[in-house]
Amino acid sequence: MAVDLDQFKQIFFEESFEGLETMETGLLGMTDGETNLDIVNDIFRAAHSIKGGSATFGFTAVASFTHVMEGLLDEMREGKRQADQTVINILLESVDEIRTLMTAYQNREDPDTDQAQLLQQKLEAIFGGSGNTAAAPEKESANKSEAAEENRLLGWHIEFTPHDNLLITGNDPALLLSELAYLGKMTMVMEDGALPPFTEMNPERCYLRWKIDLLGVNDEGTDAAQTEEAQIREIFEWVEDECDLVVKGIYPERKASDRRAGDRRQPGQLEDRRQSDRRTGPRRPDDKAPAAQPTTIRVDTNRIDALIDMVGELVITQSMLGQLGEDFDMSKLSRLKEGLEELERNSREIQDAVMKVRMQPISFAFNRFPRMVHDLSQKLGKKIRLELVGEDTEMDKTVMEKINDPLVHLVRNSLDHGLETPDKRIAKGKDEEGVVCLKAYHQGGSIVVEVSDDGNGLDRNKLFAKGVERGLIKETDVLTDEQIYMLLFAAGFSTAETLSDISGRGVGLDVVRRNIESLGGNVDVRSVLGEGTVFTIRLPLTLAVLDGQLLKVDGQTYVLPLNSIIESLQIDPNAISSLAGDAEVYQLRDAYIPMVSLSELFATGEEKPRGEEKHCALLVIVEWADKRIGLMVDDLLGQQQVVIKSLETNYERVPGLSGATILGDGTVSLILDISGIIEMSTRVREQAMNTRRATGKRNRVA
Amino acid sequence: MAKILIVDDMASMRKMVAFTLEGAGHTVVQAEDGDIALKIAREQSGFGLVITDVNMPNMDGITLTGELRKLPSLKFTPILLLTTEAGTDKKMEGKAAGATGWLVKPFDPDKLLMTIKKVLR
Repeated sequence: MAVDLDQFKQIFFEESFEGLETMETGLLGMTDGETNLDIVNDIFRAAHSIKGGSATFGFTAVASFTHVMEGLLDEMREGKRQADQTVINILLESVDEIRTLMTAYQNREDPDTDQAQLLQQKLEAIFGGSGNTAAAPEKESANKSEAAEENRLLGWHIEFTPHDNLLITGNDPALLLSELAYLGKMTMVMEDGALPPFTEMNPERCYLRWKIDLLGVNDEGTDAAQTEEAQIREIFEWVEDECDLVVKGIYPERKASDRRAGDRRQPGQLEDRRQSDRRTGPRRPDDKAPAAQPTTIRVDTNRIDALIDMVGELVITQSMLGQLGEDFDMSKLSRLKEGLEELERNSREIQDAVMKVRMQPISFAFNRFPRMVHDLSQKLGKKIRLELVGEDTEMDKTVMEKINDPLVHLVRNSLDHGLETPDKRIAKGKDEEGVVCLKAYHQGGSIVVEVSDDGNGLDRNKLFAKGVERGLIKETDVLTDEQIYMLLFAAGFSTAETLSDISGRGVGLDVVRRNIESLGGNVDVRSVLGEGTVFTIRLPLTLAVLDGQLLKVDGQTYVLPLNSIIESLQIDPNAISSLAGDAEVYQLRDAYIPMVSLSELFATGEEKPRGEEKHCALLVIVEWADKRIGLMVDDLLGQQQVVIKSLETNYERVPGLSGATILGDGTVSLILDISGIIEMSTRVREQAMNTRRATGKRNRVA
Repeated sequence: MAKILIVDDMASMRKMVAFTLEGAGHTVVQAEDGDIALKIAREQSGFGLVITDVNMPNMDGITLTGELRKLPSLKFTPILLLTTEAGTDKKMEGKAAGATGWLVKPFDPDKLLMTIKKVLR
């Protein structure tokens, strides 16, 4: 029977990578000199599963490597070895190595085993002489492999005496005997001498014994003379301790040979090549063209069940509407409306449920950091504690995959540049152990991820000087702290004096910012000099669907993300006041809110003489990253969910727009990007201010 | 053809075994750990064979074997342990708990099918 194991390999890879993470987390949770048995057990179980699976699926390099590793873990488990830093480190290295090997297998490449062998030697060195016990072949295989000289052996004589408890383990002598019949022509004698009188007989016990001769060729053509003792013993392997078994070769001169079979398995060589080659054919890495690995997602079955329930409801609604359509007349209009409402509710629920399928806890992204902090703090000679907060916060899988790199970058930055060395910290009166904190939480329709440290903080003056040096700002510019901090995210800005191999590899925070913005998010930074820095990333919960408010400006329909809207109001001309520059602000209760004309910003309206452009009737107050602006719009239309289509893939990136969508009537509508609009309007304002300051007179900026 | 309960926390192994057995015409019920398996064994009947991994969270395969043997419906039902060659101690522990035999990893579908022939009535 040929079974293609490939379909299970992908699952196995995923499980193994999860297992490796468990191992890593466990190892990082261990303290020098203390062995936490629960953790060791978890690690052992993960290693053991990976070993068993990789052997089964033919990943020999992984199997033999984990085998050695498992030996070491076993010693720890049995309390023969304490977990010291050396052991922990080498086990961490081993985890990496398995990951590397596994990735190679996943990509259908031949794994590079040099590194694995080196590491294996290191493991064995630690493991010492005792390492061989686990790798050594089992004692019974030595006995089993006694074989006779082929030309002399005629067959086998077997005496099988089950102990009376043999049946209780679920074994059945009849089945064992019928197995024997496959090995040659069988004749047997059953002895029932031990049978007690019927009244004393316990039906759960076995009272019989058998004497069997395997001699000659059976119906299938198997000659008992070709059978090896090991094959016979294998049949009785499970009942070894529940029976007395005698296996003797039958020779013309009745002389057993003690020559050993040559095909004994080598220690550590877990895959039985002979067998796997014969059965499944040789495994070559190039057997199949390397295909892109399908990405899979693990979903709580409850979520799938919920989805199935909802589809059930949808089907009911659909059949209800179908019936209604068969013989429709206007008297049934109210039922039609009801049905359509039901349909709308069904589709919205299904949509929510489908979105939930893609939601994963952010711990998937956070999990790599304990290791990273562990390694880097050793490398940097700093004492660092990592705190993870809100690991259960869920976010879209796609978003999570894409913020991985930015997060790594920010954490590396904190470790490298943010936190001080222990002596510096002590000198400043801080705890010698620095803290890096990763925190995730939901806020409105966004997910917020903070990377904070209690290190140096940002030096305003240093950043300013650097900005001037790089030509990003002018010495005469008056900037708020916030604006200065944002310089960090400008292209070509780096404050580190020396480039270390930890951060500052030419990729700057500008890339981080760009990545986050391409996801429709934003990043900002707060800092107190000497006390620490907080980077805050804000991301939309999902990339696919948006709750939108439709609005009209200059005859165009736009979509505004509903969750960014604070309120909408009719413009009261008395509440508008002009500030210095071109800025118009709207007084809303106690706050002054900058007014932004979309018509001007996108230059869609006709050029109007100054003072006449504020004809818009409505002001929509929107917020992004704690900043509020008022958008002037002509009209507010309905609210609806829209499916986001990327502008970049279909056209090109347009500032102020995050994408496009197709409305119910088939028209294309553009989706407004609030963070982009805030940024654009701020820039326009600043330019206006600067021009005015420079020229001394009011200039209109289009 | 038998109804077989397969218990393994690793989905890849569990599914591979299930797929193989189903391909050979058996009915397969899958469980992710000992707790779940025990619950299934209490609720359902007619199992002709149980195949369980040894190393599992919640309830390991050996404890499970002991528990299954206490159920009248599974008293004489063959129970096979999935183990690795290093686990000689485990084999003995498993036998003491009432396991019928074991299946040593690595195994391929053919070996699996050959092995279960030894215990399937």
